[in-house]
Amino acid sequence: MSDSPRTAVSNPPTQPMVSNLGPADLIRRSATEDLPPPQRQLTPVAKLIDVSKCIGCKACQSACVEWNDTTPAVGENVGVYTNPHDLTENMFTLMRFTEWVNPSTDNLEWLIRKDGCMHCADPGCLKACPAPGAIVQYTNGIVDFIHENCIGCGYCVKGCPFNIPRISKADHRAYKCTLCSDRVAVGQGPACAKACPTQAIVFGTKEDMTRHAEGRIADLKSRGYANAGLYDPPGVGGTHVMYVLHHNDKPHIYADLPDNPRISPVVQTWKGLTKYVGLAAMGFMAAGSLIHGVFARPNRVSKEDEESAEKLVETTIGQPVPEASSSNGERG
Amino acid sequence: MTNSWTDIRNTDLVVVMGGNAAEAHPCGFKWVTEAKAHRGAKLIVVDPRYTRTASVSDFYAPIRQGTDIAFLLGVIKYCIDNDKVQWEYTKAFTNASYIVKEGFGYSDGLFTGYDEEKRDYNRTTWDYEIGEDGFAVTDPTLQHPRCVWNLLKQHVAVYTPEMVERICGTPRDKFLRVAQMISECSSPTKTMTSMYALGWTQHSHGAQNIRAMAMLQLILGNIGVRGGGMNALRGHSNIQGLTDIGLMSHLLTGYLNMPTEQETDFEIYMRSRQFRPLRPGQTSYWQNYRKFMVSFQKAMWGDAATAENQWGYEFLPKLDVPAYDVLRMFELMGAGRVNGYFCQGFNPMLAFPNRGKITASLSKLKFLVTMDPLETETARFWENHGEYNEVDTRSIQTEVFQLPTTCFAEEEGSLTNSGRWLQWHWAGGSPPGEAKHDTWIMAQIFLRMRELYRKEGGAFPDPILNLSWNYHDPNEPEPEELAKEINGRALTDLSDPADPSRVQVAAGKQLLNFSQLRDDGSTMCGVWIYSGCWNEAGNNMARRGTEDPDGTGAYLNWSFAWPLNRRTLYNRASADLQGRPWDPSRKLLEWDGTKWTGYDVPDIAPTARPDQVMPFIMNQEGVSRLFTRGMLRDGPFPAHMEPFESPVPNVMNPRMRGNPVARVFQSDLSQFGNADEFPFAATSYRLTEHFHYWTKHNRVNAALQPEFFVEISEELAALRQVVNGGWVRVWSKRGSVKAKAVVTKRIRPLNCDGRVVHVVGIPLHWGFVGAAKKGFGPNSLSPFVGDANIETPEYKAFLVNLEPTTAPGVQS
Amino acid sequence: MNVELSRRGFLKVGGAGVAATSLGAMGFSEAEAAVAAHVRPLKLANTTETRNTCPYCSVACGVILYAKGDVRKGERAEIIHVEGDADHPTNLGTLCPKGAALKDFIQAPTRLQHPMWRKPGSDRFERISWDQALDRIARLMKEDRDANFVAKNEAGVPVNRWTTTGFLAASATTNETAWATFKVVKALGIVGFDNQARV
Repeated sequence: MSDSPRTAVSNPPTQPMVSNLGPADLIRRSATEDLPPPQRQLTPVAKLIDVSKCIGCKACQSACVEWNDTTPAVGENVGVYTNPHDLTENMFTLMRFTEWVNPSTDNLEWLIRKDGCMHCADPGCLKACPAPGAIVQYTNGIVDFIHENCIGCGYCVKGCPFNIPRISKADHRAYKCTLCSDRVAVGQGPACAKACPTQAIVFGTKEDMTRHAEGRIADLKSRGYANAGLYDPPGVGGTHVMYVLHHNDKPHIYADLPDNPRISPVVQTWKGLTKYVGLAAMGFMAAGSLIHGVFARPNRVSKEDEESAEKLVETTIGQPVPEASSSNGERG
Repeated sequence: MTNSWTDIRNTDLVVVMGGNAAEAHPCGFKWVTEAKAHRGAKLIVVDPRYTRTASVSDFYAPIRQGTDIAFLLGVIKYCIDNDKVQWEYTKAFTNASYIVKEGFGYSDGLFTGYDEEKRDYNRTTWDYEIGEDGFAVTDPTLQHPRCVWNLLKQHVAVYTPEMVERICGTPRDKFLRVAQMISECSSPTKTMTSMYALGWTQHSHGAQNIRAMAMLQLILGNIGVRGGGMNALRGHSNIQGLTDIGLMSHLLTGYLNMPTEQETDFEIYMRSRQFRPLRPGQTSYWQNYRKFMVSFQKAMWGDAATAENQWGYEFLPKLDVPAYDVLRMFELMGAGRVNGYFCQGFNPMLAFPNRGKITASLSKLKFLVTMDPLETETARFWENHGEYNEVDTRSIQTEVFQLPTTCFAEEEGSLTNSGRWLQWHWAGGSPPGEAKHDTWIMAQIFLRMRELYRKEGGAFPDPILNLSWNYHDPNEPEPEELAKEINGRALTDLSDPADPSRVQVAAGKQLLNFSQLRDDGSTMCGVWIYSGCWNEAGNNMARRGTEDPDGTGAYLNWSFAWPLNRRTLYNRASADLQGRPWDPSRKLLEWDGTKWTGYDVPDIAPTARPDQVMPFIMNQEGVSRLFTRGMLRDGPFPAHMEPFESPVPNVMNPRMRGNPVARVFQSDLSQFGNADEFPFAATSYRLTEHFHYWTKHNRVNAALQPEFFVEISEELAALRQVVNGGWVRVWSKRGSVKAKAVVTKRIRPLNCDGRVVHVVGIPLHWGFVGAAKKGFGPNSLSPFVGDANIETPEYKAFLVNLEPTTAPGVQS
Repeated sequence: MNVELSRRGFLKVGGAGVAATSLGAMGFSEAEAAVAAHVRPLKLANTTETRNTCPYCSVACGVILYAKGDVRKGERAEIIHVEGDADHPTNLGTLCPKGAALKDFIQAPTRLQHPMWRKPGSDRFERISWDQALDRIARLMKEDRDANFVAKNEAGVPVNRWTTTGFLAASATTNETAWATFKVVKALGIVGFDNQARV
């Protein structure tokens, strides 16, 4: 009998170690045109979330809070198991619960999806970000926020087809799952994947994770889930967080997981705001931007940039994005 | 557990009934997902609610809480009717062929011998016919009308799929699907595992729930095999250990039991515990009882335990009732007959039923001592918290001591898990403030008491003055010293029974294991079943070998498992009468012609011939019991009994309320509610985000599940006009709580015998101290009655009413 | 030896399935020389590890406590993180939402720090020293035991039981603590003795 894939193959190191992810590993850097090519190509990694094995225990949430030292507030019960009720700057990942009656069998299925950053190969957040170096992408696929560089404008939220980043009300910077870049940098899997009791979350190379998913999908098909499949959406160039879904023909039943996520065309074509912060963005920003000394920086904005920024804000606000309040999908 | 967590990966079918493994034991449940992945195993969940375990199941069937016996006897009937029985196993390894005494019978929901006045059975007919040779009479052909098999067939005949549907509310087709899937495991090459927990124990007929599944597992040949077994998941990290060590009213260590006052001396005590074999040539291991008992008494009282004083038999208290269990103690407390009470890591104010009665009883104490790492509601029972604890503080005259203890991270020692593994752990952090180890506190109390009795004399000081307390630092015994006492050592040179000229164990040396115990006072051993945990090889509980030859999941070099490092109990039953494994691909043991070999420590003498000695050596019969004689108070077979508070009458006998022999105190009789006033069937349970009343102190878990709620169906919400997320009041005959409502598709009304039964789910994690929002627990509502055999309170099935309301503290 | 952690490390992972080979294939074997730290530094660096067992349910998952300071060297040690033990055969490093948040149990604001005493009728707890508390408890116990101990039943048979004081033991204590508790409680003659297994 062979073991199932395991994220934790060894205990984490405690000796001081040099991080294995640095500026030389960047493939993209927000608002930076002249990024030198990476010095090496790391093997792309992926976190695979097998929704069919998930028992909704929230160990991933707990491990995430503990590892990242965040402080989610004690909220209240509003009639659902999804707690907190949305992603927050202190809750980078969230189990979203959906009660779904399968029309073909009339059986109840409790769909539980771990929501969080998908680490898109083509990251909308990074492309929308006007702050140089606030969002980076490593050659292994991790999309990370460098908070020191963040100006809190919130464009990343609008640029994200999955509605993931959240702006802190305390320090006005954007937060989301880092794929535990600090752990990956020393050869450990993310905290959530390590904790996951049933290893519904596993972490490894994207190639291995894809292959593992194939086996899982075959098993699900043998158990009657004809449409089981891998969610690795091409609209964002594929993702480094993937799902095995029992009903891959309708991702939206899993608490509004987008069927065909894409970056807003505005973000895709918008090249103006790459170097400097736009005035429009200023207006959009929270007051906290002052703290970051934005005004101390060169602040020249072309008319073109300004227009583009306004357009982006308007367009994305009007555009349907997955609702933060999809937690009420539990009843749906 | 008969098996271990890691063994579950060997199964073909997991039945989760009376438990919610994914939710309450997530990391153990991992092995279910492994079995699914590697063996294509299927998972069945039978539960009143569609749980998180159900969410990853292959098949889910609803059931009304408290009716599991009817369901399981229905499955047994299905297996018998469809010839889905592991015949060779059943004939050889169970008492199917034993002849039962004339006069035994069952009618109108009752067995022979019922005395309504006494609420008890005269159990004399519940036994075997004994032949002139002193052995039980059997009929291996199973033709005799009074052989256990034929009585069983007759007993289960009434539990047709139609009857199961009437009682349980499980739709016939769903029941039949479950029965069919289970029955496939009668094949010697297919096994099923039963994973259960408090969903079966917390009933007035809890022991019989478990019996019913054990019987089913036996006729399927699933006990003693890899991937099989009866697996009690167990709730606390060392609840197995505290039971093994006998920290219970009716127990001594290692399942020796407390003497009763009828047992006026040691020889009388021993007489009923000789356990002579009931069949020729069988091993009856309890024949060693005297060795275990004397060694235990030597561990307690050392040199003061002598042959002359019957090893200090007088030092042991003698019981006048079956047990001073917690329900009896709080009944006595309420009557003003208990003055002092200690709660070591225990929060009875939220853990025991009928909180109103608990609070009133605590208020009558002269003194209360709590020992805990955390704040508890019990320590502050006298404190007014408005609606959450409405007490008249000034009128409560109880003196309360709240003593701070260390937690797991600050102490060293072993814990016994549900798979009987004793695992050692080490301290990694410093205790906060003045917090102390429990061992220090117990030593301080003992030393002070001993000193007071030494100086002042008083009531029977002998057991206190003579208690063996020879520790390096009497103020705080070290875990290592205590563990070595538990293992036992030779007090004098022990001669080798095979060659008396040789010394087997020198005086002062640790014993290898309990096979070296003597009944002449030359050995001491605190807990015989743990012997072997710390012998001359060292601390076996600290072993960390991860080898697992051929991936059986046994991990023989990891920690120490009782007894004798055995990982699967009754493992000799994994092979047939020739000693060949039933399933060669899942071999556990094999007879090689002269001895047993294999992956586990044999649960039988290593040279006991397979055709002679049967596998269940802790029973006098050597076989397992489909008919359990007079050993349980409420019947030799399980039979359908309703909870004390049931939404429907018992179809077998509408006059019968609850378990006909369960103990009910006079003062609680008027506290039972009826379905006309309390129409909804409530049940209580844990949620995966929390552990009892501990994690509400923890900000992370409090954030993950912040506030007390109850779960109801959309149908009940519509009936009572409850909105999702709104406030509801839930009340029973005994109390009332306010909760948020979670309206869900995961609970559906059941149809039982033509009545619609609405289920109300009540999780148990909230109180009035901690980081989470203030709330209530199900114990404000549940009845003060326990299982007829062991007095575990009936938390899983009771009646309530429900209506929309306003938030606590807000007037409507 | 309490800590013998696996140090297969990320460089030489092997033999444990897909994820293991994955990590080995990620190029970590060529550790970069001093690049400016871009990601958060690993917070476990220079901590002391201790093997322990999760105190919650009976699965008994292996955990590792990471502390600043080392109790074995007599230092004050503060636990800064708790994680599953990857070498443990049952949990293989995984933990449930309770186990994964053990640090916050250890450091809960409602952890008790000092012995406290509530006088009859009082509406508050007040500090009390250990000695005062234990002396008083022993005195109360002895008074009750001497007054209510049942040495003989009505038939004159010695029964030696003390029914007016009860004791609930904690099923989260160690076997060793349990054995010490058992000895004291049974020797005193207390029969109202149970643990959570009863419930």
